[in-house]
Amino acid sequence: MSKLHVTTSVNGQPEEVLCEPHQSLLDVLRDELGLTGTKEGCSTGDCGACSVTLDGRLVCSCLVLAAEAEGKEVGTIEGVANPDGLHVLQQKFLEHAALQCGICTPGFIVAAKVLLERDPNPDETTIRYWLAGNLCRCTGYDKIIRAVQDAATELAHEA
Amino acid sequence: MGDYAYAAPTSLEEALSVLESQANDGQRTQILAGGTDVLVQMRSIDKEPRTLVDIKHIAETNALSIGADEIFIGAAIPSAALNENDELKGLLPGLIEAADLIGSTQIQGRATIGGNLCNSSPAGDTIPALVVVSAVCVIASPGGSREVAVGDFVTGVGENCLESNEILLGLKIPRPGNNSADAYLRFIPRTEMDIAVAGAAVALTLDEGGTCTSARVAIGAVAPTVLLVEAASAALVGTKVDDDALNAAAAACSDAASPITDKRGTVEYRTKVVGVLCKRAGGIARDRASS
Repeated sequence: MSKLHVTTSVNGQPEEVLCEPHQSLLDVLRDELGLTGTKEGCSTGDCGACSVTLDGRLVCSCLVLAAEAEGKEVGTIEGVANPDGLHVLQQKFLEHAALQCGICTPGFIVAAKVLLERDPNPDETTIRYWLAGNLCRCTGYDKIIRAVQDAATELAHEA
Repeated sequence: MGDYAYAAPTSLEEALSVLESQANDGQRTQILAGGTDVLVQMRSIDKEPRTLVDIKHIAETNALSIGADEIFIGAAIPSAALNENDELKGLLPGLIEAADLIGSTQIQGRATIGGNLCNSSPAGDTIPALVVVSAVCVIASPGGSREVAVGDFVTGVGENCLESNEILLGLKIPRPGNNSADAYLRFIPRTEMDIAVAGAAVALTLDEGGTCTSARVAIGAVAPTVLLVEAASAALVGTKVDDDALNAAAAACSDAASPITDKRGTVEYRTKVVGVLCKRAGGIARDRASS
């Protein structure tokens, strides 16, 4: 099987990888590029643990072929923190204890960040619907919602 | 058996020639748009290697036009992009709602109406919504292009009339007039991220006095394919789409349904609920058309 040469950008860094035609973007991020912050949950697009952005749009990286990332901008959890510290969302997840085992957390943070960029002041219903594709089996979601609301408030004060 | 391969043609001619040359080499092909069904299926129920032909780099499948008479929605446009188009949402609220009901935010970023149609599930949410707005599939074939009404496109559970050397380019929809509107409702046990137990779409046109001059009603997940329910349409035309008319349309939908019992619902439940959904969707379409 001939491998495909894919040129892409991950968190602003140019990357070149060789991948199998049917290999997912998730597998390439984790296994070829060593970016293991993006998690594999279901691999069927149901759980959101593998959430990344592709040209700014929120997607499940398990449902994107690595080959489809050719020429695109990929954003992962590794690109969320600032050089001088955690992103507000990450800080608020810690403060609100919005995680226990942590497997779903990168997906939630990536998804919530896209939401707050589009809608800086979302109501609770909006947040819950936006994050409906991110499953968490530990927290019961309430703490996650509070963390996102608190992050939105803090980001509004910073702006 | 061949290997997996991936092709991303940048023109329609190239895409058609990839399909043809792969077929000549005995290699199976599959069209890839959003991939939210294709990638799941190729890892589970159908692992046979094939060449995935990505149609997202073709101008025709990315085209979105809203003309004076006609709307065209390219087959590679993700639902999220359609939902962000306020003009389209204003003209076809029911269809865009149906697309918006499919999957999570993440799925919306990839999934397409064209893919939902080609997956041809009995429970595909956009299919009843497409049928009621008289959508027509524009299909590129080696010899040129052909058009098939959405109602005739799906031929069975997971089956449609698209040949392996053809590509669905997009959907052509007559532009609804000022007094026309559509609506789609489905029932699922959760509020998000589920597959329809039953669904109903209604599109109608009212005259200046609020009397219904034309109506189309289609129901989903209650038969092997989506059903256009002529008797339900007939129950609405000539009325003010009041409760009596909507109840008659609902009864017609329940009569037309021939569902199965599975883990999502029983025959009796689906038969009842599809009528309720028709009544509610009809009321929404009426209110939209009169506002």
